[in-house]
Amino acid sequence: MTTGVPVPHDNALAHCTGAARFADDLPEPPGLLHAALVLSPVAHGVLGAIDAPPGVIVLTARDVPGTNDISASGKGGEPLFAEASVQHHGQPIAMVLAETRDAALRAAAAVRCAISPLPALLDMEEAIARESFLMPPQVVARGDAASAIGTAPLRAEGTFRAGGQEHFYLESQVAIAVPGEDGEIAITSSTQHPTEVQHIAGRVLGIDYTRLPVTCRRMGGGFGGKESNASWIAAAAALGAWRTGRPVKLRLARKADMAATGKRHPFLFRWRAGFDASGRVLGLEATLAADGGHSLDLTPGVVFRAITHALNCYDVPAVRITAMALRTNTVSHTAFRGFGGPQGVLLMEDVIRGVARGTGLAPETVRERNFAGGPNDTLTPYGQALEGDLIRRVWAECRQDAEWDRRRAEIAAFNATHPFIRRGLGSFALAFGISFGVRHLNQAGALVHVYTDGSIRLNHGGTEMGQGLNVKVAQVVAESFGVPLDRVRITATSTAEVPNTAPTAASTGSDLNGWAAHRAATTIRGRMAEVAGALWEVPAEEVRFAEGRVFVARPGDNRAMGFADLAHRCWMERVSLSATGFYRTPDIHWDPATMTGEPFFYFSYGASVAEVAVDLLTGEHRVLRADLVQDCGRSLNPAIDRGQIEGAFVQGMGWLTCEELYWDAEGRQRTLGPSTYKIPGSRDVPPVFNVRLLQDAPARQDTIFRSKAVGEPPLMLATAVWNAILDATGLDRIDLPATPDRILTALSARGS
Amino acid sequence: MAGPIRFTLNGDALTLPAGTSPTMTLLDWLRGPGRLPGTKEGCAEGDCGACTVVLENPDGTRTPVNACLMLLGQATGRAIRTVEGLRGEDGGAHPVQQALAAHDGTQCGFCTPGIVMSAWAWTRGGGDPHEALAGNLCRCTGYRPILDAMAAMEDDGAPPPLAPDAPRAIVAGSQRFFLPQAPEEALALRAAHPGAWLLAGGTDLGLRVSEHREAPETVICLLGVPRWRRIEVTADGILAGAAASYARLLDACAGDADFAPVAALLRRLGSRQIRGMGTLGGNLGTASPIGDALPPLIALGARVTLASVRGEREMAVEDFLTGYRATALAADEIVTRVLLPRPPKGALLTCEKLSKRHDQDIATVGLSVLLTFADGVLAAARVAHGGCGPRAARAPGAEAALIGAPFDVAAAERAARALEREVTPMSDLRGSAAYRRRAVGNLLRRMALRRVGVPPEVMALDAPGVVA
Repeated sequence: MTTGVPVPHDNALAHCTGAARFADDLPEPPGLLHAALVLSPVAHGVLGAIDAPPGVIVLTARDVPGTNDISASGKGGEPLFAEASVQHHGQPIAMVLAETRDAALRAAAAVRCAISPLPALLDMEEAIARESFLMPPQVVARGDAASAIGTAPLRAEGTFRAGGQEHFYLESQVAIAVPGEDGEIAITSSTQHPTEVQHIAGRVLGIDYTRLPVTCRRMGGGFGGKESNASWIAAAAALGAWRTGRPVKLRLARKADMAATGKRHPFLFRWRAGFDASGRVLGLEATLAADGGHSLDLTPGVVFRAITHALNCYDVPAVRITAMALRTNTVSHTAFRGFGGPQGVLLMEDVIRGVARGTGLAPETVRERNFAGGPNDTLTPYGQALEGDLIRRVWAECRQDAEWDRRRAEIAAFNATHPFIRRGLGSFALAFGISFGVRHLNQAGALVHVYTDGSIRLNHGGTEMGQGLNVKVAQVVAESFGVPLDRVRITATSTAEVPNTAPTAASTGSDLNGWAAHRAATTIRGRMAEVAGALWEVPAEEVRFAEGRVFVARPGDNRAMGFADLAHRCWMERVSLSATGFYRTPDIHWDPATMTGEPFFYFSYGASVAEVAVDLLTGEHRVLRADLVQDCGRSLNPAIDRGQIEGAFVQGMGWLTCEELYWDAEGRQRTLGPSTYKIPGSRDVPPVFNVRLLQDAPARQDTIFRSKAVGEPPLMLATAVWNAILDATGLDRIDLPATPDRILTALSARGS
Repeated sequence: MAGPIRFTLNGDALTLPAGTSPTMTLLDWLRGPGRLPGTKEGCAEGDCGACTVVLENPDGTRTPVNACLMLLGQATGRAIRTVEGLRGEDGGAHPVQQALAAHDGTQCGFCTPGIVMSAWAWTRGGGDPHEALAGNLCRCTGYRPILDAMAAMEDDGAPPPLAPDAPRAIVAGSQRFFLPQAPEEALALRAAHPGAWLLAGGTDLGLRVSEHREAPETVICLLGVPRWRRIEVTADGILAGAAASYARLLDACAGDADFAPVAALLRRLGSRQIRGMGTLGGNLGTASPIGDALPPLIALGARVTLASVRGEREMAVEDFLTGYRATALAADEIVTRVLLPRPPKGALLTCEKLSKRHDQDIATVGLSVLLTFADGVLAAARVAHGGCGPRAARAPGAEAALIGAPFDVAAAERAARALEREVTPMSDLRGSAAYRRRAVGNLLRRMALRRVGVPPEVMALDAPGVVA
């Protein structure tokens, strides 16, 4: 078996020796021009003349031969370069090309844009008041929530905010476009979505997709930030190559990257709930408002995931959830690990705490009382069933791992004696739906070649951004052929090899591409079995592949040959050793008219407990311990999955605690680099960090080898940290990120 | 006297072609003409560590530095190792690289070369692994596997290669990069070139090249003046050459119990990469209101020496800082040394800093306090704050509220209220004015609460490594 074992990342050693090449590391083709962007210095204004220093090549909207539109939706309204107006600070207005990167950056800084400033809409409350929407509000409802709240014995309400989050992939956005023969422009892009790079570049240039092969060997991190944003970077580079006939590289400096590319959507939440003395929530009305920034981008999908995850793993009989996408004069917010899910699942946390306050029960009791399944309903308000037994299992195992009751007492004793430090415990449980909300993206292709020496070349539509997708898919292919993993060679993602792909996103990479590659491999293996069967005069079904050998599965029959020998024999017999594989996720559907359906192939479950210490005098805090249990089905690679869980938790912790985006009163982003935008460092990781994959829990659905997705769900397990901070401080509300400033300000307002 | 840029790279002596700009960053050179793209650019502002390379010092120590902030002129005369230059005995991957790979310490791999180099330096220098990693951001792994890998690493015992001598000046086109060695030489250059960049560690000025792509015409680099790099610990205190690195100042403070609170603060100043290059002189010259080192200097009553061809003068640090990024330094002067006076016997010194992240973050608020007692009551109090006004400064109101009384919770409360009244903070990305005002007062309250006895484990929040 090559799946289910903890194999290291296929490039681990190459990463460590510096041999792994990222896009900017590749030798530069002769004649390469360097590009730099001219970004809007203001948040909103009318764009006038653009003046460049003499001798500088400047490309603007007027130089776009096709359509000046980079919208992922294709609905327009999202120019590559601003036309007539600028809509956010950092919006690309023009691109400068020069012989060196220094010259390009200096020239870009010297370009003057005449902009007459207009008032900028920056605040979410104001956007709601002005009904500044990017799309019509969406509603998921079941039963009569207003009556259920009205007739409930107890009621509570709340409002809170969660900030956005910068991806801070360590490798900033980069693309290289190289003109070839016959109008071809070959693009190397650091992208999660090579096919969309191809589409957007094709649209901007007005040329066929066949002229735009796109490759991506690896990214230095993506996290959703290179899903739609990589496309326009690459399209700009392609435009430069098209205009000049020379290779063009556009690599964004960190500040430009942080100014011009979207982030996780900030959210504003309002809710009111009715419940009984046992803590059972009977009715809930909530509004989730997402700040989409100035344009649509992927906001519809983010809102969809927020609204379908607003009840998380809980059952509320009567519910009405409204989700809004607000249009503001900020950068267009985009995909970020969890894609609206992390924001959506915050709602019930605030509701649970409100109910706990109203009943005097512990939040954990309220949690348990309202889990879907068991005595409660299993159906989400949109009509898909959750697995209540798995929710309870991850929850129970996590509480046990965390030694909840013992530590509760220990912490109470500590808090009673300390003058200014308060420790607190928080918990969280999760049900996260796996599949793209957009049905047609749930497809994947793969291309597998077996060579006559038995080596196997694997190509699939997924992209490698560090998450270990390539090694997982290679494990699947090795297992399909019964060969050691080192026989499988992983190659760069290429639209020329596997076309019309979905982005590597929504945690679906190994689910989709694993299946597609397995099918390609299975097709070839079937042909090889026919050849072996004919040779040995046995039915092909009796030919087995294992441990690099092919043999007859019949007691006493010892006939066998090496996998390579059979591959060579197939060639001699003129049998194809190359195949494509294709997969589409079965049984998913959604009716946007009724906002019901079963949009997810399955759910991933997880639970967490976090302990924090908070200094009441300064608001400083630290996570002292975290216990996580994550459902990965039958993990394809427990080492890779553990890495995803730990990394996602720490990233989620950053979002909820130290990562604060700051726009000044004029709408200028002021947190444009790691000196001002603080992601967690090594000391911020909980010193006691217990991470466990749920054991003996193969997926119940027909996933690839019964594994489950892992990329996004564990990010949400960090929500326990928010609860722990509230528990430690006794505060009712702390907006996110819970910075020392917010905590101390809330404590001061309470008068402690 | 003038000569080419020369350094040892991965064990081999290297002379760069004439005309190579001495203000090109080492990172740009490595990734460009040097054809060594293993070292990455993550931020070009010295905060992410993806560009970390290691200086192999003649004494065998290793200093990790940010190649994005180091100019070729500063690299001159040094031995530098990049990720490509780490090899095992068999010529394959170095054991440090193997350990990181074997412990799943990489995901996307972009931060990895920098982490490898920081870890390799740490295998020799030792200390708190978190402190060693403070200057290296990883967005994928959550760090746990990196720390596990570090626990399995050991010093390879490799001696440093020889480094070439540095010329006294590098001339390229219209650019002149002076590397004086004698103080008189440096002062004469300063008098002759009052508009030149006065460069020490370059952790602030380097940004103007790395981020803003400036190419200064004239640079006077002070790193080659041994007298200004010296640190002397005496009965009077610590006399620090203005061009001595923070790393060495930290060593001096950590080795002297009277300066332990300063050492604790210095451990949070930047990262090992920044401290390896950055200097007190630079922090004073920049005169940022949030310079980490300024409140402790003011609280200690530190005195700064300014020199020029006209002679020397000495003044208190609080007098040297005249306003927002403004100092008393004349156009022909250079900060040459700083005396950190030894706190009197029985005095109480605290050096605090608040930031969004514990490590490698710029202070939202700084507060340093030196209290001197006579007969159980406060005879003198020096309260210095940072981040609470246009410059780091003393708080006379708070000091007056303390003097003449015992230092207890009530006294701290009086002083904290006075402090909150007299500071003039503003709201910005690091924190609101209200937070800064409240927090700076609370740091004084906390000082008193700690004195009356606090269980040791609460130090988890501000004493690195206690919980871990």
